[in-house]
Amino acid sequence: MSGCSKRCKLGFVKFAQTILKLITGTLSKDKIEDELEMTMVCHRPEGLEQLEAQTNFTKRELQVLYRGFKNECPSGVVNEETFKQIYAQFFPHGDASTYAHYLFHAFDTTQTGSVKFEDFVTALSILLRGTVHEKLRWTFNLYDINKDGYINKEEMMDIVKAIYDMMGKYTYPVLREDTPRQHVDVFFQKMDKNKDGIVTLDEFLESCQEDDNIMRSLQLFQNVM
Amino acid sequence: MAAGVAAWLPFARAAAIGWMPVANCPMPLAPTDKNKRQDELIVLNVSGRRFETWRTTLERYPDTLLGSTEKEFFFNEDTKEYFFDRDPEVFRCVLNFYRTGKLHYPRYECISAYDDELAFYGILPEIIGDCCYEEYKDRKRENAERLQDDLDSENNQESMPSLSFRQTMWRAFENPHTSTMALVFYYVTGFFIAVSVITNVVETVPCGTVPGSKELPCGERYSVAFFCLDTACVMIFTVEYLLRLFAAPSRYRFIRSVMSIIDVVAIMPYYIGLVMTNNEDVSGAFVTLRVFRVFRIFKFSRHSQGLRILGYTLKSCASELGFLLFSLTMAIIIFATVMFYAEKGSSASKFTSIPASFWYTIVTMTTLGYGDMVPKTIAGKIFGSICSLSGVLVIALPVPVIVSNFSRIYHQNQRADKRRAQKKARLARIRVAKTGSSNAYLHSKRNGLLNEALELMGTPEEAHVGKTTSLIESQHHHLLHCLEKTTGLSYLVDDPLLSVRTSTIKNHEFIDEQMYEQNCLESSMQNYPSTRSPSLSSHQGLTTTCCSRRSKKTTHLPNSNLPATRLRSMQELSTIHIQGSEQPSLTTSRSSLNLKADDGLRPNCKTSQITTAIISIPTPPALTPEGESRPPPASPGPNTNIPAIASNVVKVSAL
Repeated sequence: MSGCSKRCKLGFVKFAQTILKLITGTLSKDKIEDELEMTMVCHRPEGLEQLEAQTNFTKRELQVLYRGFKNECPSGVVNEETFKQIYAQFFPHGDASTYAHYLFHAFDTTQTGSVKFEDFVTALSILLRGTVHEKLRWTFNLYDINKDGYINKEEMMDIVKAIYDMMGKYTYPVLREDTPRQHVDVFFQKMDKNKDGIVTLDEFLESCQEDDNIMRSLQLFQNVM
Repeated sequence: MAAGVAAWLPFARAAAIGWMPVANCPMPLAPTDKNKRQDELIVLNVSGRRFETWRTTLERYPDTLLGSTEKEFFFNEDTKEYFFDRDPEVFRCVLNFYRTGKLHYPRYECISAYDDELAFYGILPEIIGDCCYEEYKDRKRENAERLQDDLDSENNQESMPSLSFRQTMWRAFENPHTSTMALVFYYVTGFFIAVSVITNVVETVPCGTVPGSKELPCGERYSVAFFCLDTACVMIFTVEYLLRLFAAPSRYRFIRSVMSIIDVVAIMPYYIGLVMTNNEDVSGAFVTLRVFRVFRIFKFSRHSQGLRILGYTLKSCASELGFLLFSLTMAIIIFATVMFYAEKGSSASKFTSIPASFWYTIVTMTTLGYGDMVPKTIAGKIFGSICSLSGVLVIALPVPVIVSNFSRIYHQNQRADKRRAQKKARLARIRVAKTGSSNAYLHSKRNGLLNEALELMGTPEEAHVGKTTSLIESQHHHLLHCLEKTTGLSYLVDDPLLSVRTSTIKNHEFIDEQMYEQNCLESSMQNYPSTRSPSLSSHQGLTTTCCSRRSKKTTHLPNSNLPATRLRSMQELSTIHIQGSEQPSLTTSRSSLNLKADDGLRPNCKTSQITTAIISIPTPPALTPEGESRPPPASPGPNTNIPAIASNVVKVSAL
């Protein structure tokens, strides 16, 4: 009851204010909420030397990376929406939003909801210049959606479905309903050594290192930068 | 793909590592970056202003000039920069496009200059960002309309093909200033419209009393006179209508047009009155029909541009008018209802029903306030005042839209007229400048020929006779000289006496010469029309029209016993025509087209038949040897063949 009367009082006050404005004819001032929004979130990365020390990139490469980053995200941070948009540009035929969502959470190590330049560059450093071990660990982190240290079949299904979504509808041969499931089954057969239905980091590392194809493909993007 | 996103490609590729463990098949090899350059700054020097940017910025759009290897054509080895001799202001926008991915259109920039720059840099205007796209499209449309306007008016004035009688008549009707007959007709019809309207008005004025009866309107007192006047007017209108109907290019469309409907409505009552007897039953309807006679006043819109503009404005503001009407109707109904119920209680209220209140509402909302119906109750008065206040608002809102529309269209028309008037002066000035340049050539030729004579005599002197000409000028003159040598003809001197006529014979000048040749061809029974017509038709309709028109006048020219004077005048005209070809008011290419047509003819004309035919035309003036101080104006093109064949040296030109 008190809440009701409080609301009534608020409503009445507002109404009185509106009438007053009508009579005096003042222009509607900018609301305070708008003012708060105007102060943009702006983040600046740490110094160039620090980043250089932390990552495996040279100064020049960092400069190039930052220029591209800043161009697309002037505020210095990427939020998930922008991330998804950017990633979707590369896959026009399909729907890259789900995979981008997982990627974003893999990049956003601190789970703040925004990716700063340092996170971005750290991840890139691992992916492009890291050791095989680091790369595999990063990939495991990507697959582990709930970050509990284990990959179960549902998570794998989600990831694989997301990858297939990126292909789009118009593929040859046409994507069948059970293809992702089969894919996941194959994967689990390979990776899950003790057949307990989940894949741990060690199992993952071991299985990948046994597979030549995977090893070779990990070196594929060596000279991307 | 968007611009900046290209910078994220390394990231996307790196993220692909996430697919690796899941992959079914082995991955393809990655493409290697063969010339892996470090990102470097490149300097773009645009008319002195230096812009610097990263190479990768420009490479974001590989299908433009700056993004492709095309820019290498502009690379300056000495200064190691790319030099563009273009507008630096627009280049700013272009470069920003590469940087931000959005192309903006600056408002202060001229639309065609901007378009030219975009075309040069290979950027499609469709890429202009949403923020500036509307503005760009509006300006472009305006410009196109203006150019189309000019073109249309040009066509109207210039295109005078050999019209059939019908077409001439139609043209006379549409543009009264084309001929005196049309002007006369225009004023006569205008006068009769005025007379008709005035008689209609005066007819109803009470005109004094006839002894023995009450006051009569003039129409009944002098009924015979008025009847005669009416008959005369209607006859004129009928004749005019029939003539227009006959002359119209598309009779069906003409019948459907507004003006013709007004014409019909204006004259119908008279004929219906003639047909109908003095029957009492129908005379009532007949009287109503006479009202339609007032439509004759709308015929004035053919005579007044302002009226036409008003009509056009109303048509184009149809939606605003419709909105005005609709909102008014709504308001009227609301207020009428309210007033009716408010005044229901009062005694002897005039508000007997809601439709009766409509009258009150309309009169109040338009702030007329006749006062024949006034509310008596207090509620009625309150609502009445609200009604009148809101009426002002409702009417005032759509009116500025209509006004601004009218103003825009009116000013557009004014500008078009002004442009047309200025155009003549502009073209005349341009023509004077061009004659200057052609004179320069002829002067230098005179000097040059002197040089040739000197060379023949063996004195290797440089061509430093008279004033020194710039390199470009001398090269241009050399080019014209080569053309003369190729064709075996030469340009004629400008006779100051004849130059007076250049101003009067506008663009038909050099056409006459062509037609002249055509006649000479036709008469010598060569079937060139096939070869002729393409070249003729390649002109912009101007030559064809002119040729065919003049051909009526001069069919009997060659091979005939025309008096020398007539031919002489023809020649003189032709000389001017060649002169005119040097001063193309519309396009320089026309003169070259002229020459081309000449060239096409030359070989054909060189057959013996034609030469003999031509020789019949007084040639002595043409055969004056070179070097004469003031040779008379020689005959034009075809005639020069004779001397050319007779003796290769003798030039017909008067230089």
